[in-house]
Formats: sequence, C-alpha cells, structure tokens
Amino acid sequence: MANRIPRVAVREQDPKVRARNFEEVCYGYNKEEAMLEASRCLHCKNPRCVTACPVSIQIPEFIAKVCEGDIAGAASVIALDSSLPAVCGRVCPQETQCEGSCVLGVKGEPVAIGKLERFVADSMRESAEEAPAAVPPAGAAKVAIVGSGPAGLACASDLAKLGYDVTIFEALHKAGGVLEYGIPEFRLPKEKVLRHEIDQVRRLGVKIETNVIIGKTVTIDSLMDNEGFKAVFIGSGAGLPKFMNIPGENLCGVFSANEFLTRSNLMKAWREDYLTPIRAGKKVCVVGGGNVAMDAARTALRLGAEVHIVYRRTEAELPARREEVHHAVEEGIIFDMLTNPVEVLGDEKGWVRALKCIRMELGEPDESGRRSPVPIPGSEFEIETETVIMALGTSPNPLISKTTAGLEVNRRGGLVADADGATTRPGVFAGGDAVTGAATVILAMGAGRTAARAIDAYLKGLQ
Amino acid sequence: MFEILEKEMLTPAICRMKVRAPRLAAAAKPGQFLIVRADEKGERIPLTISDYDASEGTVVIVTQKIGASSSDIIAFEVGESFADVVGPLGNPSDFVEMSPDELSRQRYILIAGGVGTAPVYPQAKWLKEHGVPVDVIIGAKTKDLIIYEDEMRSACDNLFICTDDGSYGFKGMGTNMLEHVVSEGHSYTQAVIIGPMIMMKFTTLTCRKLGIPAIVSLNTLMVDGTGMCGACRVSVGGKTRFACVEGPEFDGYEVDFDEAMRRQGQYRAEEALANENHVCKIGRG
Repeated sequence: MANRIPRVAVREQDPKVRARNFEEVCYGYNKEEAMLEASRCLHCKNPRCVTACPVSIQIPEFIAKVCEGDIAGAASVIALDSSLPAVCGRVCPQETQCEGSCVLGVKGEPVAIGKLERFVADSMRESAEEAPAAVPPAGAAKVAIVGSGPAGLACASDLAKLGYDVTIFEALHKAGGVLEYGIPEFRLPKEKVLRHEIDQVRRLGVKIETNVIIGKTVTIDSLMDNEGFKAVFIGSGAGLPKFMNIPGENLCGVFSANEFLTRSNLMKAWREDYLTPIRAGKKVCVVGGGNVAMDAARTALRLGAEVHIVYRRTEAELPARREEVHHAVEEGIIFDMLTNPVEVLGDEKGWVRALKCIRMELGEPDESGRRSPVPIPGSEFEIETETVIMALGTSPNPLISKTTAGLEVNRRGGLVADADGATTRPGVFAGGDAVTGAATVILAMGAGRTAARAIDAYLKGLQ
Repeated sequence: MFEILEKEMLTPAICRMKVRAPRLAAAAKPGQFLIVRADEKGERIPLTISDYDASEGTVVIVTQKIGASSSDIIAFEVGESFADVVGPLGNPSDFVEMSPDELSRQRYILIAGGVGTAPVYPQAKWLKEHGVPVDVIIGAKTKDLIIYEDEMRSACDNLFICTDDGSYGFKGMGTNMLEHVVSEGHSYTQAVIIGPMIMMKFTTLTCRKLGIPAIVSLNTLMVDGTGMCGACRVSVGGKTRFACVEGPEFDGYEVDFDEAMRRQGQYRAEEALANENHVCKIGRG
C-alpha cells in the first residue's frame, strides 16, 4: 500500500541557471510533499535506519510526527540526538547510512530521510522564536572544546544539556569548522542555515571564543592548569591538505582544494564586495573524486570556468555523495576518469600551462576492496589548463599533538583515542577527523556525542 | 575586543599600531606573526609582531600601505577595534630555543629592509636582553623611509644605517653595508634577514659569499595561517614546506627565492583591480 507511492522528487534549481550562481541547489520539500513522502515509511519494528545513523536519530518516530503534520513534534524527536539537523539533512551521505539501510530500498527507492530531516529543521527555523540563552548552573564543571566543527558542536551541545559549563575555542574568525570553510554556499547556506544552527548551540549555554588557536595562542596544559577546565575535547579536524608530490606542484595556479574553498566559503571571495581574491581562470582541472573535489569543481564552474574532474579510477569508485556527482554532471562538469596526473607543466612565467596525465586501468582489488588503478605504459598526454586544484584529502594538524604533553598520535598523525574518545592523557578526549583522518560530518558528530558521554562519566568519577 | 590603543604614522605609508589582544600577547615570541582581519569584508592579512607586552595584554603591528586591505587596516583610528586578530602564528626564532651555552657562542647580525625593520626589533631586543652580541643593519631607499631608528639603537650593540640614495647613513644597499661592516673587522656566526623577498635573496647571496649562515623570514601569501590552505608553499632545499607552520624562518641558502617571488605575485592582477575599485569607492581616486 503505502510503499506503492513513489519517492517524492525534490525540487531543485535548473542546472543551467545554478551553474552560474551560488544560491542553494535544492529547494527542499514543502509540507504536502514532506507528509506524502513520510507516509511511505513502514515503521519497521527493528529500524535498520536508526542503527545505520552515527548519531542514532529516532527516524521512524520523527517521520511518524511528520506524517501527522506535527512538525514541532518531529523536531523535538530529532533534537534528542542531533543539534545540526538542517546541516545533516543537507550534507550526510544518506545513501550509505540511513537510506542505504531502508527496507524500501531493497526493491525500490528508500524513504527520503535526509530530505525529511531537512524539511523539519527548515520549517522550525522559519517559525522559530528567539529563545534566551541558557546559563550553566552555578559551580558547573568547565569543559573546553577545541574546534567548532561538527565534532565539537555535537560534543558541546550534549555536555551543555548535561549541565556543564562549555567553551568552544575556534582558530578561525567564524564558528563552524569545515561547515564554514569547506562546504560551499550552494550546498549549505551559511547565514540562513549554518548560523542559525550554531546559534541554537549557543542558546544551550555554550560559549564560543573565536581567534584562539589551541597549541599556539594557548595550550591545553594552560587551559587545564590555569583556566580551570576539568576536561578537554579535541575536535580539531583534519586540516592539512595533501599534495601529489609530482613536479610542478608549486607553479602559480596550483591550489589545494582547501585554499580554493576557504577563499570562496569562509572569505566569500565569490562576492564582489569582499576583498579576498580568488582565481579560477578559463579552465580548471580538479584532481580527486571525493565531496571536496566536487565542491571545488562546482565552485570553479560558478566562477565561470570550464571544469574537469581528473580521477584515477572510474565513476563507480567516486567516493563523493551520489547526489553531488549527479548535480556536478547536470551542471556540466566534465569527468576525465581513469586519468592520473604525473606532472604539472608551466609556462616561461611560472604559471600552469597544462596537466600531464597518464591513462589508467583497473587492476586487482586493494585492501579497501576497490580495484586499484594501474598506469598504462606510454599513455601520457596533456590537458591544457590554467588552474589545477588538488583535492586529494587531508591529514590531521600536528599543532595540538606537538604542544600537549602525553598525547600520542598514530603513524597517520591522528590522535590515539579509544572507542569512547579517551586519549592517552587523562581528562583529554578527542574525536572526528582529528582521530580518524578525513571522514564525514555525521561520523564526527557521532564521535563528539560518544565523547560527551565519556567526559560526563569521567567528571562524575572525579567527584 | 581588538581595540587600537595607539597609532602613529612612522612614514606617510608605514603605520605603527598598538592593539589589545591579551591571549596573543601572553604567548608571542620573537619571529612569530599574527593575522588581522580589519572588518567583516576584509582579507586575513599576515603581519609580523613587532612588539608584545604580556602584562599589558597588547601587541604592536607595523603595516605598510600596499593595497586595499593594508589601507583598510591603516584607516582604523585609536578607540576603534579590528574584527579579528589571531596568533601568534609560526615558530619562534631558533635562538629562543637555544641553551645558554649555545647562545654564549653566538654573534648575530640582523639585516632589515624597509618595513622589515619592525619584526627585527623584537629579535634584537630579545638577544640584547639575553646578553648575546647583536648588531643591526637597517636599509631603506631614502632617509624618510627609515623606521625604528631610536628603538633599535637601544636594542643592539652597533646600529648601521644605509640608504640607496645616500640621504642618510652609508650610501648603498644592505648588501654593500654588510660587506663594509665585515671588511671593518666585525664577524658574525649568524645573520637574520627580514625584508622584501628580493632583498632577502640578494642579501643571502652576500652572506654566502662572506660565509655567514643566513636565516630569512618569508612573508608568503596565506589565508588561514595554521597549515590548512597551503597558499604559503615554498621550496626549501628542494622540498615543499609550509611557511605558516614550518616557518616563517628558513635557512636562506636553501630557499628558492625566484619561485617564492612568483608565488607571492599570484593575485597581483586581482589585487590591482581591487585597488582601483577600492580607491574609487572612498573617493580618493
């Protein structure tokens, strides 16, 4: 019955139009669409979607509320487990998590859980009344959170709800971490959506101090010894860009995706009235196949360039969210698959002229289960281009591990932490990309929540 | 929060400001820098820290009017506040980490070019305070562009001043001054060179000729200043290094200055455009 209704399509900006603006691509559901889509949920007794959600949102419960038209009720259910629903509804890889486990997906299309979550959060925001900020109870233990990205915000929210006096320290001038500097406006509107969700975290009583680089401006030791913080959570992310270490990478016109996206997102270089410059040129090659590569490619497209994604495997192996790849294709991004750069070629003035690549073929599966690409000898060729953007992933920043006694790191530079986020130093916890290396927003949030429970237990144990 | 407490124009284009930034002031060391974002729409501009006072909670920055963003910084007046000031960034100078024994064997020559005199000052001051012999060369195009002369005189053993046009002090560039000073019998175990990239390149060459190890402080492009963007990539000894987190000071003998100069000019076209628009907007055009 219910499952005969096809998945309700979501309205989006026309690809030709949006390829030239930074407005949000997806318009989201209206109430009728959301209620119709919600009616498709089978309300499984053992909901696999909840198990597949890194923060365990009670998905069938919130969907049931949407079904009844009780959007505020749905929001309350989500709020028990997530402080960033409008963000997660937009950027989670639902196809490998909640929606990927939906029973309806076995024979047809899964329930559009992400779009429903987004609808609930957006509706509440549009009707939101400004609640006054909560104040931590007198004598509450102080907890410091390093980084205001997804891990830090999730950890801070849960600890504030438990009655702790929480301060987040952010190195940049704006809170949000990768949500602010990494994910573009057309996927996650900053003022409308992100600011609001961060303000909600502030209303829980969380203080956010920007422009403080832990490890430089102040150390973790000093926070604990001199400023009275009883516990610290490190959610500093994986901020260091990787390069290929091929010749020509320091030519003018070669950027890390981090630089390109930070200029555009955090510094708003795409807007004429902001002073930070950005340069895409007429033609751009983005190297890589993850979400960051798609974001950089689609940003360069919107700045007026012809954009190629250069990826060493095939479309089937692209690690990006399916929706992002789909949107990129629709917008006219050109995919050069089974292609791997071997050298960046420059002109006599030291600017990029072309990207020299080699053709690849897929060989045996590697440890990740993906077939590893192998170069085809003698197949080198050049792609003429003005700009090369390297989107090859990131690694954790050593600023904190280097300046904090007793913190161990693994060989990839990630902080060593147990399943609860406890590091090798008592009272110091960690989670998100700082531990795992680059992953997703929602996994970082999950790690932040887990650590919040562990910090609560640790602080209760101290008394 | 980041209130401007003092402001002084050292030359018509170089401005000295004392800014309230307590956390930063408590952590700053010689050789480090900070980032200022003047207002909501401004760029993040890396500037060297030319003095700091932990007890007062203040830092001193010296800015030269070059483009739209530096003009915006200089346009701020006492009592106003910058949107953001963050740091200290980068590593302190090598001598900060040296043992008293190592320090006792050093004789420093600090060579400053133009506005680079400002970051040389805290280094000279630190060395002098720690009893390390330190001489300073300040070089500028002409007399009016010499800054920090009195402060520097009290922060070093011998101050040598040169101008390209001979309007003050020795006539010649920093490189000529250095050769002259050495020919007069001064000898040094270490040079530190801070100034425009081209000046650091040629002064390093002179140091090499004279057999003096040379450290340079690289003022590359940067966005975040914490290792995230990689805009500050420089080739040092054939390896790519990030000036923000691995520098800003490097062994001058190993730096690929030509590449560094090209990379520094990457946004020149965009900046020229911004300057034009900017000047027009506020009616100075």
